[in-house]
Amino acid sequence: MGDVWVYIEHREGSTSPLSFELLGIGKKLAQERGGKVCALVIGESVDQIAKEAIEYGAEKVYALTGGVFKNFRSDVYTKAACQLIEKYGPDIILFRSTTQGTDLSSGIAGKLNVGICADAISVYHENNVLKMVRAAFGGRFNVTVVNERATPKLITVRPKAFEMPEKKDGQKGEIISESVGVSDSDSMMKVVDFVKSAVTVNLVEADIIVSGGRGLGKPEGFNLLREFADLIGAALGASRAAVDSGWIPYEHQVGQTGKTVKPKLYIACGISGAIQHLAGMRTSDCIVAINKDPDAPIFKIATFGIVGDLYQVIPKLIEKFKAKLGK
Amino acid sequence: MKVVVCVKQVPDTEAEIKWDVEKGVLKRDSMDPITNPFDEFAVEEALLTREKYDCEIYAISMGPERAQEVLRNALALGVNGVYHILDPQLSGSDTFGTAYALAKAIMKIGDVDIVFMGRQSTDGNTGVVPGEVAAILGYTPLTYVSKIREIDFQGKRIVVERAIEGGFEVVEAKLPAVVSVIKGINEPRLPNLMGIRRAAKMEIPKWTCDDLGLDKDKVGLSASSTRVVEISVPPPKAQGEILKGDLDEVAEQLASRLLDLKIIK
Ligand SMILES: Cc1cc2nc3c(=O)[nH]c(=O)nc-3n(C[C@H](O)[C@H](O)[C@H](O)COP(=O)(O)OP(=O)(O)OC[C@H]3O[C@@H](n4cnc5c(N)ncnc54)[C@H](O)[C@@H]3O)c2cc1C
Ligand SMILES: Nc1ncnc2c1ncn2[C@@H]1O[C@H](COP(=O)(O)O)[C@@H](O)[C@H]1O
Repeated sequence: MGDVWVYIEHREGSTSPLSFELLGIGKKLAQERGGKVCALVIGESVDQIAKEAIEYGAEKVYALTGGVFKNFRSDVYTKAACQLIEKYGPDIILFRSTTQGTDLSSGIAGKLNVGICADAISVYHENNVLKMVRAAFGGRFNVTVVNERATPKLITVRPKAFEMPEKKDGQKGEIISESVGVSDSDSMMKVVDFVKSAVTVNLVEADIIVSGGRGLGKPEGFNLLREFADLIGAALGASRAAVDSGWIPYEHQVGQTGKTVKPKLYIACGISGAIQHLAGMRTSDCIVAINKDPDAPIFKIATFGIVGDLYQVIPKLIEKFKAKLGK
Repeated sequence: MKVVVCVKQVPDTEAEIKWDVEKGVLKRDSMDPITNPFDEFAVEEALLTREKYDCEIYAISMGPERAQEVLRNALALGVNGVYHILDPQLSGSDTFGTAYALAKAIMKIGDVDIVFMGRQSTDGNTGVVPGEVAAILGYTPLTYVSKIREIDFQGKRIVVERAIEGGFEVVEAKLPAVVSVIKGINEPRLPNLMGIRRAAKMEIPKWTCDDLGLDKDKVGLSASSTRVVEISVPPPKAQGEILKGDLDEVAEQLASRLLDLKIIK
C-alpha cells in the first residue's frame, strides 16, 4: 500500500522529457507514505519508455502493451487502466492536466466512482493528510482540497508545476509486463489521422513564451514578435483580443478560454492584463511586460516592466540579444 | 434523433466572488452569473446540428434556482426543451456527483445520440465532467472537439477533429457520444427579441434527486470525496520592477537581467 502511480503519456510512442516530470513529486509523495513510485505506461510497445521512466526515478513500471494501444483512445486506455488499478490498488495516481491526462483520469473517475483533483499546482502532505492546491477563478483564489476517502486518489497536475526529476543512468527498477483483456472491439473510436499543427512549439511545454495583444495594432505585428521569439527560442502566444481580431489562430490563445501556461519566462507585449488573460499565465515564473500605458494592470504582476512602444522596444531588444547571444 | 446540451451557470469572472468558507463552496446566489462561455459553443453546435440533420435539442443544467436563467437563454435560442436539475441535496456535489446527476438526466431523456458540453467551466475549471459523464453512460468520449466533419444518425456514426497537443486528430466514432467543444468551433448566435419574449413565459421543468432515481450516497456535499478545506488569496508576486532609462538603457538592462536567469540560451 501507499504506492503512487504516475501515468506516462506519449503519442504513438514518442515522449518528451516532460512526459516524465511527475516522477519527481511522485517519488517524494511515495516516500512520505512508505510506498513506491511506479510508472504506468500503456502503448503498442513501451520498452524504451519504461527504461526511461526508471532512469527518471520510477521504482516499478507497469507496462501494458498491445496493438490496441497504438493511439491514445480514452475508452480502451480507461478500461485497461481500471483493470490494473483493481489488481494492484495504488493509493494515488498522478496525471498531467493535458488533454490525455484529463481524458484518462476522468474516464477512470467515471468508472470507479471517485473524485478527481484537477489541475493541481501543488500537492503535499500535512500531518499525513494529502493536500492539493488548485487555482480557482482565474487564479484569484487558491483552493486547497483533500480527497480522504477516495481510493485511488486521482490528481491531474498542471504541467511544469514541479521540478523535473533528474535523469540518471544505471538506476534500478522492476518492469512488470501486464496483459489485460482489451481488444479493438472494446473501442468505440478509431483515430484515422493526425494533422500536425503548423505551430512548431507547443505552448504548454514551452519554457519561454512571447505573447502579443491588441497593442500590436495589426496582424503584421506578429512577424516582429515571431522574429523575437525565434531568436530567444520562445513559443508564440496571444491574447484573446489578438485572436478575435483574426491576427493569429486560436491555438495561440492564452487565458481563461485559451491555454493555461506556466513557462519559466512569459513576455507580454501590448497586452493590458485583463483578468481572463492573467488566468492563463499568472503562475509563470518570470513575467515581463512591455506596454505603453504605465497603468496597465499587467505591470502589477510583472517581474520586469518596460513602459514604451513595443515597436521601438522589441527591435531594440532583438538587437541587444543578437549581440549578447552572438547570433 | 435527440441531442442534449449541458449548460452550466458560472459567475462572471470579473464579478466579486464570495465563498462560504465554512462549507468551502461558492455563494452562487450573490454573484452576477453568466452561461459558461464554452457552453455557448456547445449550444450553438447543437443548433447547427439540428439545422443540418433535423434532430431535437434538450438543454439541461444542474444548479441552484437561478441556474434556470441559462436554460431560459437556451430556450430563447430555440432548443426544443429544457430540464433543470434542482435539489438542495445536490449542493456541494463534486465533479463525480455532478457527472452522475447529469448522466442520469440524460438517461431519463432517453434515446440520446449526442451530448454536447463545453470543454470546461470557467469556475470549476476542471474539464473532467464530460469524460466522467461519458464513462458513466458508456458513451464514446470525444473531448476537445474543434470540428464536426459528419454525423450519420441512422448509422450511429460521427467523425470529428479533436484539438490535442501538437495538432489535431481525426476520430471516427460510434454514437451515442459525448462531444465536448472548444472555442473556435463556431460563432455562437444571440437570441432575438421574439425568442427572449417567448422563453420568458415558458415553464421550466425541474427534476429532483428522486425524479432521477439518484443514489443519494453519490451526490451532495457529504458524498463528495473531494472537499475544499481552505481558500486563500495567492500571495502577491513580489512587486515587480519597472526598468528606468532611455530606450537603449532599458533594453540593455532587460536583456542582461533575462540572460542572468539562464533560461535563454
Ligand atoms: C468570458 C471571457 C473569456 C475571456 N477569455 C480570455 C482569454 O482566454 N484570454 C485573453 O487574453 N482574454 C480573454 N478575455 C478577454 C479579456 O477580457 C480582454 O479583453 C483581453 O485579454 C484583452 O486583450 P489585450 O490585452 O490584447 O487588449 P487590450 O486590453 O486592448 O490591451 C492592449 C494593450 O496594449 C497596449 N498598447 C497599445 N499599443 C501599444 C504599443 N504600440 N506598444 C506597447 N503597448 C501598446 C495598451 O496600452 C493596452 O494596455 C475573455 C473575456 C471574457 C468576457
Ligand atoms: N452543473 C452543471 N450543469 C450542467 N452542465 C455542467 C455542469 N457542470 C459541468 N457541466 C458541463 O461540463 C462541462 C465541463 O465542466 P467542468 O468539468 O466543470 O470544467 C461544462 O462546460 C458543461 O457543459
